[in-house]
Amino acid sequence: MHVPDGFIDAPTSVATGVVAAAAVAASLRGARRELDERTAPLAGLVAAFIFAVQMLNFPVAAGTSGHLLGGALAAILVGPYTGVLCVSVVLLMQGILFADGGLTALGVNITCMGIVTVVVAYALFRGLVKVLPRTRRSVTAASFVAALVSVPASALAFTALYAVGGTTDVSIGKVATAMVGVHILIGIGEAAITALTVGAVIAVRPDLVHGARDLRQRLKLLVNGELVDAPADEPTAAPVAARSPRKVWAAGLVASLVLAGFVSFYASASPDGLEKVAADNGIDKKVEEHAAADSPLADYGVKDITDARLSGGLAGVIGVGVTMVAGTGVFWAVRRRRTAEGADASDVSPASTSA
Amino acid sequence: MGAGHAHKLYRHGHSPVHALPPHTKLAAVFAFVVVVVSTPREAMWAFGLYAVLLALVAYAARVPAGFLLKRLLIEVPFVAFAVLMPFVAEGERVEVLGMSLSVSGLWGAWNVLAKGTLGVAASVLLASTTELRELLLGLQRLKLPPLLVQIASFMIRYGDVITDEMRRMRIARESRGFEASGVRHWSVLAKTAGALFIRSYERGERVHLAMVSRGYAGSMPVIDEVTASRAQWSYALALPGTALVVCLLGWSL
Repeated sequence: MHVPDGFIDAPTSVATGVVAAAAVAASLRGARRELDERTAPLAGLVAAFIFAVQMLNFPVAAGTSGHLLGGALAAILVGPYTGVLCVSVVLLMQGILFADGGLTALGVNITCMGIVTVVVAYALFRGLVKVLPRTRRSVTAASFVAALVSVPASALAFTALYAVGGTTDVSIGKVATAMVGVHILIGIGEAAITALTVGAVIAVRPDLVHGARDLRQRLKLLVNGELVDAPADEPTAAPVAARSPRKVWAAGLVASLVLAGFVSFYASASPDGLEKVAADNGIDKKVEEHAAADSPLADYGVKDITDARLSGGLAGVIGVGVTMVAGTGVFWAVRRRRTAEGADASDVSPASTSA
Repeated sequence: MGAGHAHKLYRHGHSPVHALPPHTKLAAVFAFVVVVVSTPREAMWAFGLYAVLLALVAYAARVPAGFLLKRLLIEVPFVAFAVLMPFVAEGERVEVLGMSLSVSGLWGAWNVLAKGTLGVAASVLLASTTELRELLLGLQRLKLPPLLVQIASFMIRYGDVITDEMRRMRIARESRGFEASGVRHWSVLAKTAGALFIRSYERGERVHLAMVSRGYAGSMPVIDEVTASRAQWSYALALPGTALVVCLLGWSL
């Protein structure tokens, strides 16, 4: 839904307008890099495509239907800069021509639905494609996750703007819960449709999917009845050996993020059996507060966020991130020492043979 | 491309409002909406005066009231949201018809409804008195980056083409007995969207080649420069000017 006039107060609207204008200016420059002089016709046609595809209804059940929002799809198909441009132009035209979304709220609309959606979706998509194995299926999976997260992220951005410049004092917790709750549902639909659409395009024209440029098949030549790789004019892909740990790593990361961020919503408030028993029997009366009790993440909650579930989920995600960074760091340091010892033992290192 | 050049929202006419240069109208509408949004919500009479001002413009543009009201239906989804507000907002409560409503929620709902409706009405008046091509020229005149205007103009020009393409795909699906009724059919519809993307993208490449072969080098030639005389500017800015007076009165009273 587009934000109408009068929903966000004037100073915040002006500020978001400035943000949106800056982002569009940056995207104009970036899109020239992505598309060079073909920018105008191609971005225009893609904007027309997004405009049209928003009218394609996907039946859900019992007569209800949803439609695509298109931010994540645009980012993955044509790249982030062109994506921001296309979505912004669509919003501008909807505002001026169809009175859909207020003119003063244009900055808010572009910031939430254009910039946040596209940037979040594309960043997540690139990250996932990097860690997942280089197959078409992982591109589809990455676009699913990217679209799934981008919609609630946009809702969160709107909630933040509402907290700053909302014209009604509905409590922020309520707005956040309602917006994010509804948008997770919308996000699931958006994710499924985006993934299916990206999959359909990859199956026919993988070269058109900006996010899957790295997947391009190497040209093969038939020499004396045998398929031989054509001489490459670009550096070859990552080595095959790197694949299997990467897969495990990515699966573990995704699983722990999902568990920490979402499943912890439904976890019991006294999950630790020992704590529960201690509390029941009065054992814990003498327990001293932990030294880190007033750290920003104390008791698995993020400070200053009052909603217990959201706070728990956020803390979980942050925790997983920190653990992962620390763990990877240790692992990496150990492995480096080991390879250094190995290189000392054998005079011929792999690098010198291949050169 | 066979379709008419006017969009469905445009109402052909020869009124003084139609004759105004597009950039003056764009500036006027934008200034008007800004003034409306910055009016304090307690000054209810001010919003009544704004509505009267818009009605005067509609009368001058010979836009019938029925047309305008029908186009206002676009804001129905957020009217529903505004109706919810008094129930969920915080603060002191009043009893209305046996329901406990929040005072600040009522003010908020009124605020969104009044400002939103006036904004939509102003945009509708703009769209129904200005042709698409003029609107784009106006945007260009208002110093929107030329590349952005070009993208917007391509989107507008090919919007109908792409939408028609989608309609033909739907007819093709339906004539083969396909009827989407649930989540199971999403993959078929998503393949439609994918095919539509490929066709749009390839059309964009063809359009670019056609432009290059006609000498395009990154910028469009400007063939009709729109200009506005001082009289036209003052005529167009009469609307936001009057609104500003009302707004200042609203703040001081």
